[in-house]
Amino acid sequence: MPNTIPARARPAMLTSRAVQARAADRDLVAAFVLLALLAATPLVLSAFGQEFWTDVVLRAMILAIAAASLNFLIGLGGLVSLGHAAFLGIGGYATGILADFDIDNGFIQLAAVLGASALFALVTGMVALRTKGVHFIMITLAFAQMVYFTMIGLRQFGGDDGLTINYTSMFGGFDLGRKDTLYYVVLAVLAVVMLGYARLRKSDFGLLLKAAKGNERRVSAVGFDPYRYRLAAYVVAGMTCALAGFLDANFTSFVTPGSMSWITSAELIFIVIVGGVATICGPIVGALVFLLIEEIMGGVTVYWHFWFGLFLIAIVLFARNGLVGLLTGGRR
Amino acid sequence: MSLALEVRDLNKFFGGLHATRNVSMAVPKGELHAVIGPNGAGKTTLISQLFGELRPNSGQVLVDGRDVTHRPVHERAGLGMARSFQITTLVRDLSVGENVILALLARRGHAGRFWRRVDRNAELQDAAGLALARIGMDPSHLPRRVSDLSHGEQRLLELAIALVGEPSLILLDEPMAGLGSEESRAMTRLLAQLKGKTTVLLVEHDMEAVFELADRLTVLVRGEVVAVGTPDQIRNDERVREAYLGEDA
Amino acid sequence: MDTVLFANQLLNGIQLGLILFLLAAGLSLVFGIMDFINLAHGVFYMIGAYVCASIAIASGSFVLGIVIALPVTLAFGLAAEWLIVRHFYKRDHLDQVLATFGMVLCADTAVKYFWGPQGLSVPLPAWLSGQISLAGVTLPGYRLFITVVAAAVAIALWQVIARTRVGMMVRASASNEEMARALGIETRMVFALVFAIGAVLAAIAGIMVAPITGASIGMGNQVVILALVVIIIGGIGSIFGAFVAAIGVGLIDTLGRAYLPTILGAVFSPSVASSAGPSLASILIYVTMTLVLIFRPSGLFPPANR
Repeated sequence: MPNTIPARARPAMLTSRAVQARAADRDLVAAFVLLALLAATPLVLSAFGQEFWTDVVLRAMILAIAAASLNFLIGLGGLVSLGHAAFLGIGGYATGILADFDIDNGFIQLAAVLGASALFALVTGMVALRTKGVHFIMITLAFAQMVYFTMIGLRQFGGDDGLTINYTSMFGGFDLGRKDTLYYVVLAVLAVVMLGYARLRKSDFGLLLKAAKGNERRVSAVGFDPYRYRLAAYVVAGMTCALAGFLDANFTSFVTPGSMSWITSAELIFIVIVGGVATICGPIVGALVFLLIEEIMGGVTVYWHFWFGLFLIAIVLFARNGLVGLLTGGRR
Repeated sequence: MSLALEVRDLNKFFGGLHATRNVSMAVPKGELHAVIGPNGAGKTTLISQLFGELRPNSGQVLVDGRDVTHRPVHERAGLGMARSFQITTLVRDLSVGENVILALLARRGHAGRFWRRVDRNAELQDAAGLALARIGMDPSHLPRRVSDLSHGEQRLLELAIALVGEPSLILLDEPMAGLGSEESRAMTRLLAQLKGKTTVLLVEHDMEAVFELADRLTVLVRGEVVAVGTPDQIRNDERVREAYLGEDA
Repeated sequence: MDTVLFANQLLNGIQLGLILFLLAAGLSLVFGIMDFINLAHGVFYMIGAYVCASIAIASGSFVLGIVIALPVTLAFGLAAEWLIVRHFYKRDHLDQVLATFGMVLCADTAVKYFWGPQGLSVPLPAWLSGQISLAGVTLPGYRLFITVVAAAVAIALWQVIARTRVGMMVRASASNEEMARALGIETRMVFALVFAIGAVLAAIAGIMVAPITGASIGMGNQVVILALVVIIIGGIGSIFGAFVAAIGVGLIDTLGRAYLPTILGAVFSPSVASSAGPSLASILIYVTMTLVLIFRPSGLFPPANR
C-alpha cells in the first residue's frame, strides 16, 4: 500500500505533534499558576508596603485583557490589526462621555461600551475583512486613525488633552472604581478572557479560524464562508478590548486620544509577540514584561526606550515564539 | 434522465485569452465523466468555474437542475459539491484529523458551536477515522501534521476530504498528479469504487487510468469541446487523434 | 473666495504632497521590491532634519547642512539595512512591523540623547526667506524652493528608474527576484541600494520641512503613516501612483484644514468648527484610502508586473 509508512518512522513523526500538545498543556497549567500568583500579589505587596507595584500589576492585567483580544485575532485568525487600540479608546470614551453627562450607572455604561464597540467592529470589520495581508494592516490602522482624529476634533470631550472622568461606574451600590476591589474585578475578567481563549482555541470555531488562516481555499471548498467566522471573531475581540478600555477608564479616571494612536496599537502587538502568539499566558506575560521594563528601566534611565527598542528587535529576530514559547518549548 | 451537472455555453476570458469557449456539458447522475485535453486546454479553469472559484463571463452551471452560476464556493459545497485540487490544498499546519474534522463539521452544518471541544469529541474522532479508512489509511495517522505526510499520502487525504459527507457531485482535478505508478494504481482502484455511487467529474493526464475508469469523456482543446463520447468512441475519433492524441504520438 | 489665499493654500498642498512623495517613493520601492513594510522610514526623515539643522546652526550655512546630511543619512540607511532590515525581508509582515517599530523607539531615544528633548529650529538663509511675486500673486520664497527641489527629485527618480541600467536592475529585481539573480544581478546589493536611496529621499523630505516646522523627536512617526496611506492609494511599488496619491493627499489635507472650518462654521459654532475642521481633514485622508481599497484593492496605479 502506498499510504502506509514504515513503522520505524512513525514514532518520530508523531513526536512533533506530541511536543506541541505537551506545550499547550504546560501553557494551561502555567495560566492557572499565574492567575493564583496574581490573586496573591496585592496581599504580598501591601505586606511590604509596595502598593505602587500593585497598581503596576493592575495596569498590566488591563493591558493583558486588551492584548488577549488581539492575540485571539492574530494567533487564531492570522488577522494582524494595527488599529486594535481604537477599541480601548471606544471603551474609555463611551464610559467617559456618559460620565460627562452625569450617567454613572455601570450597567448603562457597560451596555454602551459593548454596544458601541460591537457596532464599530461590525461595520469596520465588514470592510476590512475583505482585504488581506498588508492591506488589512493598513485599513485597520485607517479606521483607528479616523476615531483618533474624531476624538481630537471633539473639543467638548477634551480634544487633544483627553477627558477627565469624574464619576466611576456604579453597579447598584458597588463602586467599580474602588481601588481595593477593582484589582480583583480586573483579575476575574482576565481569568475569564484567558480561559475563554484556551477553550475557543480547541472549539469548532477555533479550528475554523486556524484553518482559514492556514488555507482559506480549503475552508471554502469544504463549505464554510471564512468571512463570516472572521467577522464574528473580529467583533468578539473588539468588544473584549473595549471592556479593557472600560476597566482602564475606571482605574485611571482619564481617557485620551493617545490611547488610540497607532503607537498604542503597535504596543499591543508587541505585548502579544513578546508573550508568545497563540498562547494562553502570552498576553499577561507580555504585559507584565512591558510594564516592568517601563517602570524599572524608566527608573534607571530616561533613555530606556532605546533598550526597549533593541529588546523588541532581538525578540523578533531570535525568540519567535515569545517568552512563553521559550519556556514551554512550543512552536508557532 | 436526470442530470447531476449541466453546463450551458460557458465562456471565460483572461484579458485577450479565451480560456473557455462555449463549453456545454451534460453529466447524468452516477456517471464517471472524464475531461481530458492537452496542457493549456483550460481544464482547471473549467473546474474552477464549475466550483465557483472563478466567475464565468457568460453561460450557466446547473447542479441537480439548480442554477448555481452565481453562488459562492461555500454554498455550492453546501449543495453537495466537492472538489480536490491539482496542487494539494490542505491546511498544512493542522493535523490530518483536524483537516478531516473541518470537512465533517461543514457537511453537518455544525460549525459555530463556539464552545464544543473538537479534540475530545470521540464521535468526531471516530468519524474522521472512518473517513481515512475509506481511502485505506490507518486511523493512527489522525494526529500527524499534514506537513509531515508524504506527497502520496497528501493526495489520498485530499480525496478522503472530498468524499466526506457523501457529496452528490465530486470534481477531481488530477488526483494522480505526482504519484508513482504503484500509488496511481491504488488511486485508480479507489476511484473505481466510486463508480455508480456518486457523480464524478475527473480531470486527469494518466490516460491509462482515464480510459479504464470513465463512462464517458469530454475532450477539451484550447478551451473548446472537440468531442464527447465513450472511451471507445473517443479512441477512434479522428478529430481527437488530430487535435490531441496525434500531438502526443 | 480670496484668490491669493487660495493660491497659497494650493502651493502648500502641492508642497506637502511633494514631501509625502519623497517619503512614499522610497517606502513604495522597498515595499514593492522587498515586500518589506517599514515603519522606521520616518526615522531617516528625522535624522536628515536633525543633522542638517545642527550643521546649519553651527556653521550658519543651510547648504552645508544639506551637503553633509545626505551622505550621513545614506550611511545610516546602509547600516540599518545591513544590521537589521535584511534579516526581515523573508519574514511575515507582523515581524516587520514589530522590528521596525523597535527601530523607531531606538532612533527617537537616540536623538533625544544626543540633541535633547527640545527639538531644533532651523534658520533660513536670507536668499530663501523672501517673498516672490508670480503673476501678481505673492508667495513665500522658501515654499516655492521646496516645490522646485522636490519636483526635480521626483523627475530625476522617475528618469533613473525608467531609463538607466540601475533602474533596469531595480525593476528586474522587483518583478522576479529569482530571474534577476539568474541574470547575474546581485539582488542583495540592489536591495541595499534601494533601501539606502529610500532613506536619502526621506532625509531630503525632512531637511526641506525642518526650516518650517523645526526638527523634533518623533516628527517622522505620523508622517510615515501618511506615506503608507499614499502608497496604498497609489498602488504598492508604483512610483507614478505614489506621486499622484501624494499630491492628492497633500491637497486634501491642506485644503481641508484651510477651508473645512469655514464650511463647518456655516452649521456649527465657530469653536466646534475650528477644532473639528483639521480633524475632519485628517479623517478624509483615511476615508479616501478606505474607499480606494474597497473599489480598487490594489491601488489606483498598480505596477504592471504584479
